[in-house]
Amino acid sequence: MSHTIRTRLIVAAAILLAAIVAVFGPGLLGDYFTRILLLICMNGVLVASLGLCNGFTGVFSLGHVGFVATAAYVNGILSLTAEQSASLLPNLPAWLSGWGMHFLPATLIAGLVTAALAALVGLPLMRLSGHFVSVATMGFLIIVNGVLVNADEFTRGSRTFTGVPLDTTLPWAMGWLVITLLVLARIIYSPIGRAMRAVRDNAIAARGIGINVLRTRLLAFVVGAFFAGVGGSLYARYLGSFSPATFYFSMMINQIAMLVLGGMGSLSGAMIGVVVIGTMTELLRALERGFSIDGVTMPPLFGASQIALGLVFILIMIYRPTGIAGGREIVLWPRTSTRPAPSVEEAPSRN
Amino acid sequence: MATLEAAPETHDAAAAPPLLAITDLTVSYGPVRALKGVSLHVEQGEVVALLGANGAGKSTTLRAISGLVRPRAGDIRLRGSSIMRLPPAKIVRNGVAHCPEGRRVFASLTVAENLRLGAASREDASGVDEDREKLLSLFPILRTRRNQTAGTLSGGEQQQLALARALMARPSLLLLDEPSLGVAPLLVRDIFRTLGQLKRQGVTMLLVEQNLSLALDIADRAYVLRTGEVRLSGVAEDLRDGERVAEAYLGSR
Repeated sequence: MSHTIRTRLIVAAAILLAAIVAVFGPGLLGDYFTRILLLICMNGVLVASLGLCNGFTGVFSLGHVGFVATAAYVNGILSLTAEQSASLLPNLPAWLSGWGMHFLPATLIAGLVTAALAALVGLPLMRLSGHFVSVATMGFLIIVNGVLVNADEFTRGSRTFTGVPLDTTLPWAMGWLVITLLVLARIIYSPIGRAMRAVRDNAIAARGIGINVLRTRLLAFVVGAFFAGVGGSLYARYLGSFSPATFYFSMMINQIAMLVLGGMGSLSGAMIGVVVIGTMTELLRALERGFSIDGVTMPPLFGASQIALGLVFILIMIYRPTGIAGGREIVLWPRTSTRPAPSVEEAPSRN
Repeated sequence: MATLEAAPETHDAAAAPPLLAITDLTVSYGPVRALKGVSLHVEQGEVVALLGANGAGKSTTLRAISGLVRPRAGDIRLRGSSIMRLPPAKIVRNGVAHCPEGRRVFASLTVAENLRLGAASREDASGVDEDREKLLSLFPILRTRRNQTAGTLSGGEQQQLALARALMARPSLLLLDEPSLGVAPLLVRDIFRTLGQLKRQGVTMLLVEQNLSLALDIADRAYVLRTGEVRLSGVAEDLRDGERVAEAYLGSR
């Protein structure tokens, strides 16, 4: 009992801290650090939701960004005022134009659209396993990109979609991150989450004890897609202008890298990946411009940040293939009752 | 085949239907026919062994019963009503638990979580807790390991966990696929002693096993499968005569 009370206290403290940072952060940190924090929050939403499917059900989806892209455009179209859509998207159907919709309702609608899309796409795809499902979901991403590039009257095609109000402030991004993590934690550490991990560990045995594998995977895919939609909406109103290429392979690879390096199979892993890669990218970018401390000058080394980042990826995969968090949740205060260590004395001798 | 008596699967229409009755079951994996018209039955409270060489169709039979593979023809009836087209989850709810081959435990979940998942099809929370306690007494090693992840258990412990997990569903029919596979001989004895205990408690089992003498020790009746057909069946004691079983296993010499 005291355990749940303590968990609640920690969660409440974390929410309070997030609220304080979100409200006072921009004033104290300045634009540069606020932007880094904002990116971390947005990527946190995207990578944590990616981790629900990829880390907990064993369906390694490469199609997450397809939902991000869809949501960015849905939110973008809904945000345009009548004059804007008349000049930018003159051929937009009347029922879609001139909504000038607020951030929150547009985000919710975008999330519901991507969730519905995920249900549709997932019904055939979630029957697949292993690398088959990865390639198939990547096919979904390619299709989404193809549609966005060619649906000129809705998206301006490959030209930049612009005019989206820059509404994504730190409180919005932080708020959605908190909601995302709370909802995902609620799912993951419930009987449904246990069923997801069972499906990941052994789909055949899971089926044998009466778990509906398709339904379990589909649920993770749909919930993940909803938050991908939220993240896409945040991105749309952060960037203001974007094109289909913004939400394509490089974004997908970036998110996969964050998830895998942080550690699949735990929410803390996803967040660690986002924070580590997010800050490291910025740090390396600053270093590569060159600097001088106490008379020691470092000449600019353009491109060094990419190389260093790649090296870090390789090293982590060699020395910690399960990611930084290693599939476990990182707890600030370790539980009082620790798990008994595996029986070293008998395990190797048997069989 | 004339030398072998394939006991005809007849049933008194007036009597209560058997717990499990399979008639003319045919299963194909693509072009390969794994089962070619298998018929067998299991009565309430019976332990029936399914014997045969590798690839004879033993595991396929169990998988067909629990809905993991879709039969091409035939019928599978549980207490007289067909379960053949039901999804696996419904079949579990109808009281059939499958303990699959090769210790398929959920390696990243704890022993306790594995057990709780075994009862995923049940809604009586208090009964589930009670059964978990009973099973932890039946398999004391699992009690000492209950907060360990299943992947850290030894092979024999994983097999016991898989068995306990299947029993958590409180099945009226337990399908056991090679409980001795890859388990140290000493532990195999333990596992079969536990199976004997379960039998005395009235648990009905359909047991697939490569170890003939172990299987015939515990079974009431047995069927010998070869290349997807029942070649021999009868009361377990009668099958102890190795000659005929060997013939059914390997074909006539």
